[in-house]
Amino acid sequence: MRKTTNTLKVAFRALARNKMRSILTTLGIIIGVACVVATIGIGEGARLQTENQLRSLGTNFLMIMPGSTTSGGARTGFGMANSKLQDADVEAIRREVGSVAYVSAATRTVAQVVYGNQNWSTSIQGGEVDWPLIRSWNVAEGQFFTDQDNRTAAKVCVLGRSVVTNLFGDEDPIGKIVRIKNVPFKVVGVLEAKGGSMMGQDQDDVVLAPYETVRKKLQGSTSVGTILASAISNEMVALAQEEITALLRQRHRITRGQDDGFMIRSQTEMLAQAEEQSKTMSYLLWSIAGVSLLVGGLGIMNIMLVSVTERTREIGTRMAIGAKGRDIRSQFLVEAVVLAVLGGSAGIGLGIGIQKIVAQVAAWPVSVQGSAIGLAFAFSAIVGVVFGFYPALKASRLDPIEALRYE
Amino acid sequence: MKDVNVIEIRDLTRIYTMGENEVRALDGVTLSIAKGEFVAVMGPSGSGKSTFMNIVGCLDRPTAGSYVLDGIDVATLDRDERAEIRNDKIGFVFQSFNLLPRTSAIENVELPLLYSGKHHYSDAEMRARAMACLEKVGLGKRWDHTPAQLSGGQQQRVAIARSLVNDPAIVLADEPTGNLDSKTSEEVMGIFQGLNEEGRTVILITHESDIAEFAKRILHFKDGKLVSDEVVKSRRRAEVHA
Ligand SMILES: Nc1ncnc2c1ncn2[C@@H]1O[C@H](COP(=O)(O)OP(=O)(O)OP(=O)(O)O)[C@@H](O)[C@H]1O
Ligand SMILES: [Mg+2]
Repeated sequence: MRKTTNTLKVAFRALARNKMRSILTTLGIIIGVACVVATIGIGEGARLQTENQLRSLGTNFLMIMPGSTTSGGARTGFGMANSKLQDADVEAIRREVGSVAYVSAATRTVAQVVYGNQNWSTSIQGGEVDWPLIRSWNVAEGQFFTDQDNRTAAKVCVLGRSVVTNLFGDEDPIGKIVRIKNVPFKVVGVLEAKGGSMMGQDQDDVVLAPYETVRKKLQGSTSVGTILASAISNEMVALAQEEITALLRQRHRITRGQDDGFMIRSQTEMLAQAEEQSKTMSYLLWSIAGVSLLVGGLGIMNIMLVSVTERTREIGTRMAIGAKGRDIRSQFLVEAVVLAVLGGSAGIGLGIGIQKIVAQVAAWPVSVQGSAIGLAFAFSAIVGVVFGFYPALKASRLDPIEALRYE
Repeated sequence: MKDVNVIEIRDLTRIYTMGENEVRALDGVTLSIAKGEFVAVMGPSGSGKSTFMNIVGCLDRPTAGSYVLDGIDVATLDRDERAEIRNDKIGFVFQSFNLLPRTSAIENVELPLLYSGKHHYSDAEMRARAMACLEKVGLGKRWDHTPAQLSGGQQQRVAIARSLVNDPAIVLADEPTGNLDSKTSEEVMGIFQGLNEEGRTVILITHESDIAEFAKRILHFKDGKLVSDEVVKSRRRAEVHA
């Protein structure tokens, strides 16, 4: 214990003697640790954001898309011969799959929406009457369009809260006419605000119109983009998935062993996939962090080696007046660790700052990870020990007589 | 006998081997130094003075021969044991002072206490001991000055204070006045004389015979051998005391 306090005293005094160098030495660690904390925090913030958005899809949510999956989960073979989903498929699911509560064909495009002299570029979603039930997203003002509107491809739409704000300001949008790709649409309702945003993308920045209208008036295509569905309960999600698969395989006349040509994603699976992606992302971030810590550590080693050479006479003097090899070794080791940990602490502060700024700019939740801070702290201490060890050993092995003579 | 002689040396030999060549830096030196003596070591360059001091100071080990310091046979001690002996029994004063730069006088003087294996001193005790030593060398008021703020003579006095702080059995000085002018040298020698009068054993190396005359006894080395060992008849007294 008393040795420890003396060693600390000696090391702190030595560091205080060389303040500027001590600060410069820690720069590498500061940047490395700031990197760790910021990237992990930012990555975590982005992951939370994705998760929030996926959760907002509704727990029983299912999405049927054309294409097929490889084992890795990547989509391939977009639009294969019999992969296109048909209007009749939507009808069939609605009619024949008992485990499904709601079904809606869905499509999306991006377009300018014009009201008076205001215009706003946004995402135009086409859906059927079940759409708000599937997404558990209600109308706050006015009403949703009807099945009749969809069948007749009526030019009506429901606006997301952000679109209202941008086009109408304080004005009441209900009953007003907006132009989308020069087609006039009557606003019949306003969606309730979902709040939150994703990767700088605002969920309320959306215009919802009948599926048939979007397809015929805005897109001019005939095949179904995706089908959204909702199982009657969370427990029924897997069953619904199975039943839909069986039904579509039969309808598309897909023989045994042949690829589906479509895929069904549940919210759970999408979450898992997002998790998987963020894992890959975090490996990347960790390796960046690792490299910066390595560089920071090498910086410390370099400066400590210079310091040992420069302070050869000091080491000789200390040895002459009774410092043992291990006293010298612990002094330099403690110096390295103190440098690394001080740098680490500064880096944690800097990292949190960077992360807050990024979170502010990208408008996603700040997620200061306690574990990241703990790890950054531990890692900087370990870096100090690992990279401080060799210089410290070198110092402790100096011959006192030669060290005293050193010029 | 043992408690009278601080240093007992017999047949002390130190051989440096450099490839084929052998340098007998010390060649069979036998002598003893009693407690309270003031010894000056002289001799031409390369005669083995520093080698002798390094062994006496337990920085180095003899190739052959025996060396008993304050009753302890130190010739066979290992590195760590010698470090302990140095801390406990020996005070070093160097030609180039060897103070830690950018470190206050008092912290420099405290340094040996930090490495003391025997005692653990509290901060206050360390301060008090270091302060007492600084006052002894007349630098009590300059305790917070760094070496850069002190003259050469003052720096050497800080170094002497540092050598005293652990209350050593002997004070060793290798050309302590080598970097000082004659007036400052005399001041420093005055301090050594003062210490010696308090009963402390002092051994110093010097090239200058007028410096050696401050001592009570002069050893002459030549080619690693002790060639003369005489008492100073007309001893000089330093005019200035601290
Ligand atoms: N580390 C060493 N390796 C080899 N030879 C050495 C070493 N140290 C000293 N010597 C040799 O030992 C001899 C004695 O050296 P020492 O340093 O003791 O002389 P000195 O009397 O102190 O000389 P000076 O008055 O110049 O300081 C010299 O010949 C020197 O070259
Ligand atoms: Mg010498």
